Amino acid sequence: MNVVAKFEIPYYQCLDESSILHGNLPDSVKDTKQLVKLYRLMVLLRIFDTKAIALQRTGKLGTYPSTRGQEAVFVGMGAALANDDVFVPYYRDVGTLIQRGVKLSDILLYWGGDERGNCYHKDSEDFPYSVPVGSQPLHGAGIATALKIRGEKRAVLVTCGDGASSQGDFYEALNVAGAWKLPIVFVVSNNQWAISVPRSAQSASQTIAQKAVAAGIEGEQVDGNDVIAVCDRVTLALKKAREKNEPVLLEILSYRQSDHTTADDASRYEPQGIREKEWLKEPIGRMRKYLEAAKLWDEEKEKALQAECSVDVEGVVKEYLNTPPQSPESMFDSLYAKLPDIYLEQREQLIQKEIVAHG
Amino acid sequence: MADITLVEAITQALAYEMRKDKDVVILGEDVGKDGGVFRATLGLLNEFGPERVRDTPLAESMIAGLAIGMAAQGLKPVAEFQFMGFIYPAYDQIVNHAARIRNRTRGRLSCPVVFRTPYGAGIHAPEHHSESTEAIFAHIPGLRVVVPSSPARAYGLLLASIRDPDPVIFLEPSRLYRWAKQEVPDDGKALPLDVCFTLRVGTDVTLVTWGAMVKETLAAADTLAKQGISAEVIDVATIKPLDIETILASVEKTGRCVIIHEAARSCGVGADISAQIAERGLMFLQAPVQRVTGYDTIVPYARLEKLYIPNEKQILAAVTNVMEFA
Repeated sequence: MNVVAKFEIPYYQCLDESSILHGNLPDSVKDTKQLVKLYRLMVLLRIFDTKAIALQRTGKLGTYPSTRGQEAVFVGMGAALANDDVFVPYYRDVGTLIQRGVKLSDILLYWGGDERGNCYHKDSEDFPYSVPVGSQPLHGAGIATALKIRGEKRAVLVTCGDGASSQGDFYEALNVAGAWKLPIVFVVSNNQWAISVPRSAQSASQTIAQKAVAAGIEGEQVDGNDVIAVCDRVTLALKKAREKNEPVLLEILSYRQSDHTTADDASRYEPQGIREKEWLKEPIGRMRKYLEAAKLWDEEKEKALQAECSVDVEGVVKEYLNTPPQSPESMFDSLYAKLPDIYLEQREQLIQKEIVAHG
Repeated sequence: MADITLVEAITQALAYEMRKDKDVVILGEDVGKDGGVFRATLGLLNEFGPERVRDTPLAESMIAGLAIGMAAQGLKPVAEFQFMGFIYPAYDQIVNHAARIRNRTRGRLSCPVVFRTPYGAGIHAPEHHSESTEAIFAHIPGLRVVVPSSPARAYGLLLASIRDPDPVIFLEPSRLYRWAKQEVPDDGKALPLDVCFTLRVGTDVTLVTWGAMVKETLAAADTLAKQGISAEVIDVATIKPLDIETILASVEKTGRCVIIHEAARSCGVGADISAQIAERGLMFLQAPVQRVTGYDTIVPYARLEKLYIPNEKQILAAVTNVMEFA
């Protein structure tokens, strides 16, 4: 017998569960301003998240997927992206999108049931959330193909959850990224749950990162409660993609400190006590403790930040709630570049229906 | 100028547009060196190179998903699926993403992709190589479904489809790929989408069809002419959006309509055309609308497929029914 292939999957962590930094700060995150910025964004994200859930509970927002406990994953990725990279998100990526020029009020607008929340800003090439789980890695690979054809030194970052890693499209995307050497980074945000199905039932694979091996690309695990490690590993992976056309799969490990969405009740399936145990590794407290030890943060700054974020989020909510509604005919007006004449009659009927309904 | 076949007209249109527009990129299984299983992309790899003529790994959903991402970046991908029977893994990508991305982003992103695939029975191919399932695409808002039926229309409609800013399902009747030759000037002139083509003007009965069935329908019209019946033949060409006005105007003139399609009858596109004639043209009709279609069964394997495809005799019988209705 000859062994024809062997592999290993590295695991990266900078700041451990006790907020001890192992080694030096990585080059991509050594600026103290950058460290504080990452922390501030995580705090903003959690305050926004709490508010969004409250809005849903009071009937002012539709179904909303919480980001609680996963702040380091999304904030770290957003900080790693270059402006002209292209981002292809999944539905929990609020903390990344806000670093891509997307307004928090637009994120509420989207979850409030309004497609205009996907408009972002007019120059954005980023994709809207892919709702059919796991279909977006292929869009990322297509974007990366276009960037490579045009010889641009840009990269694509595409994200999905651990459940999505069971989809065929996920494997197809990894495979073509390897075969065509595409400038793309795949992130699996492994929060241990796909609605009610735990990671252990999703796949017998020891890690999700090792799914890269069969595609001939690199795979690694990153501590997703460590914003420094996330930011650094995604930064390095994007650099590799941009400069060498070497795709990478990052499995970023965290824990979903919430129901799947506001339409879910995790108490029906989540073992008791696990969330509390996982909370000990939670990213915001971990980073705060580190910043305080490094004399970059204190109670006073914390109070000021909390107050500032609350005011900001109230402003965002006001802007969201005051957004004028779309016209009824908007449901036709972006269907095609120019609506074929044959559908004008239905569009007119819809307008009349609205007049009668509110008449 | 030499006459060319329908499949050669496809190649000619692809080459013309690739020379003119550097954003046009071809991708699919075996489209490179092999020139595609029907040779529709023959010679394009040599002329345009492997960046623009891309042999993909074997995964149809991937082909569609890649094309969507490429198109969002401003490329104009022409994606080939080897046979329509293999397009279904890509259905999710086409329906959930290609058809919706413009609407979802209120026009910020778009999907100018042409999804090409041979379709239809009659070439003695293996199982799963003979389906005509255009209706499952015609049902989807945001898509166009285009079917050529001659070399000239293949050339003109493919150019129009590539230039169209929205996704087009371009169905090439494989039975007609090498059936007839025709002179097709390589002048880059597109034909209009979203309109029917009246292939033959007549006064007694309207025959509505598309794709490979145009062949049998034109033959039936010839036979009818000898019998003194003047048939108008309409090639629908763009199945979605459907140009019902041309069909209604013809039915107003003739008072009789037979719809011919190769696809299974139930929920076929013929049902929609018939319903629209009933809704808006009932007063023109001197006889109920008739349909001549494939059967509501799985397209049989090679030995029985000829029995499945509607023939001229069936068309003539349906015309007799509507002519003699009283």
